[in-house]
Amino acid sequence: MTTIAPRATTAAVPAGRRRRNLDQWAAWGFLLPVTVYLAVFYAYPLFRNIDLSLRNYTVRSFVQGDAPFTGLANYGTVLGDPTFLPALVHTAVFTGASIAFQYTVGLALAVFFRQRFRLSATLRAMFLVPWLLPLIVSASTWSWMLNSDSGIVNTALGLVGLGPVNWLTSPQWSLVSVLIANIWIGIPFNLVILYSGLQTIPDSLYEAAALDGASAWQRFWRITFPLLRPVSAITLLLGLIYTLKVFDVIWIMTRGGPTDSSTTFATWSYRLGFGTLLPSFGPAAAVGNLLVVTALVFGLVYIRFQRKLEAS
Amino acid sequence: MKTSTPRRLAGVAVAVTAAVGLTACGSTGGGAGAASTDYTVWDPYPQFDGNAAWTKLVESCGDKAGVKVKRTAFDTTDLTNKVLLAAQQGNAPDVLVVDNPVVSTLADAGVLAATDDTKIETSGVDPNLLGAGQLGGKTYGTPIGANTLALFYNKAILQAAGVDPASVKDWASLTAALAKVAGAGKKGITFSAIGTEEGSFQFLPWFWGSGAQLNQLDSAQGVAALTLWSDWLKAGYAPNSVINNTQTTSWQDFAAGNVAFAENGTWQLGNAKKLGFEYGTITVPAQHGGAAPVPTGGEFVTVPTQKDTARYATDQKIVSCLTNPDNIYATDATLSYVAPAAAVQQKQAAADPALQVWVDAVHAAKGRTSDNLGTKYPKISEQMWTAVQATLSGSKSPAAALQAAQAAAGKG
Repeated sequence: MTTIAPRATTAAVPAGRRRRNLDQWAAWGFLLPVTVYLAVFYAYPLFRNIDLSLRNYTVRSFVQGDAPFTGLANYGTVLGDPTFLPALVHTAVFTGASIAFQYTVGLALAVFFRQRFRLSATLRAMFLVPWLLPLIVSASTWSWMLNSDSGIVNTALGLVGLGPVNWLTSPQWSLVSVLIANIWIGIPFNLVILYSGLQTIPDSLYEAAALDGASAWQRFWRITFPLLRPVSAITLLLGLIYTLKVFDVIWIMTRGGPTDSSTTFATWSYRLGFGTLLPSFGPAAAVGNLLVVTALVFGLVYIRFQRKLEAS
Repeated sequence: MKTSTPRRLAGVAVAVTAAVGLTACGSTGGGAGAASTDYTVWDPYPQFDGNAAWTKLVESCGDKAGVKVKRTAFDTTDLTNKVLLAAQQGNAPDVLVVDNPVVSTLADAGVLAATDDTKIETSGVDPNLLGAGQLGGKTYGTPIGANTLALFYNKAILQAAGVDPASVKDWASLTAALAKVAGAGKKGITFSAIGTEEGSFQFLPWFWGSGAQLNQLDSAQGVAALTLWSDWLKAGYAPNSVINNTQTTSWQDFAAGNVAFAENGTWQLGNAKKLGFEYGTITVPAQHGGAAPVPTGGEFVTVPTQKDTARYATDQKIVSCLTNPDNIYATDATLSYVAPAAAVQQKQAAADPALQVWVDAVHAAKGRTSDNLGTKYPKISEQMWTAVQATLSGSKSPAAALQAAQAAAGKG
C-alpha cells in the first residue's frame, strides 16, 4: 500500500474514483462465494421447506409440481393432530432433561479431571468413547441392552431381585430409555467444552481463594461457576440445538413408540414425511419449521445473554 | 505487483464461484430423462453388487435390447422418495423394480405407465399377485416374484413339549400348542409388531384370517385378531420384545433356539438352512381352520412414465427379458421368492419340495392394496400398526384401540 499512497494523491481525481470502483468490485467478489454458499445451502432449502409447509402436497401434486397454496392449513392440521401435544411435551422433557443431566454430569467430570492425577488423561479419553461411536452403533447397543427379554439390564435387575422392566416396549418407560441413552451420548461433548473452559481460569485465583480460607465448595460456586458462564452458555445452547433435533437415537430404539410415547417433533416430522408408504410432505415440513423456529428463539436468547455479558 | 494480488484473488474467487454455479446447474439437467442410449434400472436390492447374477442379468437384458443399461440399487425404504423426487425433476428411471404396495401410490401420482401403453405382457401372472399392481382397472407392472408369511417351527422344542405340528389347524389349537410349549419352559411364538409397515404386514394374516376387512378395522373379527395377539403377550407365550421386533430381530430370536414358532417370510429360507436345529413350516392358520390369507410381499417391475414415449419399446424389451420364465426362475432362486406364474412355481416345487408350503401360501395370498384400496391402504396400515402397538404395550384394549384406528383412518 505504501507505493500507492503517493501516486493516489498526485493522480487526477477520476483515477482515484476508478480505483475505488475497482476496490468495491473486489469487495463484492470476496463476498460472492459466501453469499452463493449461504443462498444455495441455507436460504434455498429453508425457503423450500417453508414453501412445502404452505402447500397441500399429495404424492401426485408433488410430482406434477402444481400443489395448491393453502396458507397455514398444514400448521392447523399439525396443531390439531392428537400427536401434537404428546410430541410437544416429549420434546420439552427430552430436551430439558437431556441438557440438565449432560451439563451437570459433564461439569462435575470436568472439575474432577482438573485435578491432574495419574491416568487422568487416559480416563478422560475413555469418557470420549460415546461421542466417537456412530449413533447407529450406540443406539443399537442400547436397544439390545434394554431388550425386555434378553437384555443385560433386565438380567442385572433380576440378579438383585427386581422385576423385569419393559424399557422400550411400555409407554411409561420408552421416553426414559431414550433419554438415558441420549444423556450418555451427550456427556462427553459437555465434558470436553467445559474442561477447556476450565483451562482458561487462572490458577492464581484458586490459590488466592485458598489463602483466604475458601472451602472447595466455595471455590466452585464463587470462582469456577461464574467465570465459566460464557462457556456454559454456549455449551447449553449447542446442547439444546443438538437435542431438539435428535432423531437417530429415538428412531433406532423405539421408532417413537409404542404409540407416540417417545415421539418428539423430530421423529414425528420424519414419520410424516418418510415413515409411511404415503408421504405427507406438507405437515412434515410444518413440524420441521416449528423446530427451526424453536431453535432460532433460543439462539436469539443466547445472543441477548451474550450482549448483556459483554456490557457488564 | 503487490497491489494487484488481492484483486487477482478476487478474480479467481469470482471465476470459481461462476464455475461452481454452472456445474450445479448442469448436473440437474442431466440424468435418465435426457434422450440417450443409456437406459437406467433402479431396484431395491443393495445386497447385489456389480458381480451378482441379478446385475449381470440386468446388463445382458440391456445388451439384448441393443442398449447400455445402468443399474442403481437403493435401500427399499429410500426408493419411493428417490423415485418421487426423480419424477418431479423429470428424470425417472426407465425401469423401476419397486415394492408392491408402493405401486398403487406411484401409479396414482402419475409416475408409472400402464401396461396398456408399455405393451408389457401380464397374462401368465397369478391374478391375486397382479392385484397389488392394479388401480382403477389398469395394471402398472408385473411381479418379479412373491414372498409371503408362514409359521416356521423348531422341531426339537415341539417334540419336547409333546406338540404335533400337524395338530395346529386353527387359532385354538395353536394357542393350546403355545401353552404346552410355555409349560415346558420355552417361548411359544415370535413375530414382529413394530410400529412400521412391517408390523402391519405381520398382523395381516391374523386380521384377514379372522374374516376382518381392511375398510372396517374395528369389526368384531378384527378385535378378535388383536385380542389373540395381546392374550399371547399377557400369558407370556410371546416375548414382550415383539413390540419392537423387526422381522429380522424376530428371526434372530427364533434362530437362538428358544422359541417354538416364528412368523416369518419366504426370504428367510436361505437362513433357515443355517439354523442349528431342524425346522418345519406350516401355513398361518385362519381362526376357524384352513390357511389364512397372507399379504403378498415382493417387488413389481414397472416402467415410469417418460416424456419420450419412444423409449417404451426398449423398456418393454428389457422388462420382458427380466421377467421371462427362465430368468424369473433364476432370479427368484437368488431372492428366495416364489415365482408369480404357475408354470415356474411347479418347476420350483419340483426342484425343492419344501417350497410347496410357500407356493400354497402364495396362492392364498392377497395384495395389501387389493380390494381397490390403492392409496387408502397406507393410511389404514399406519392406523392398524398404531392400534397393535397401543394394545400390546397395554395402553388400550383391543376394541378401544381399533375403534380409534378406524376413526382416524376413516377421516383421511
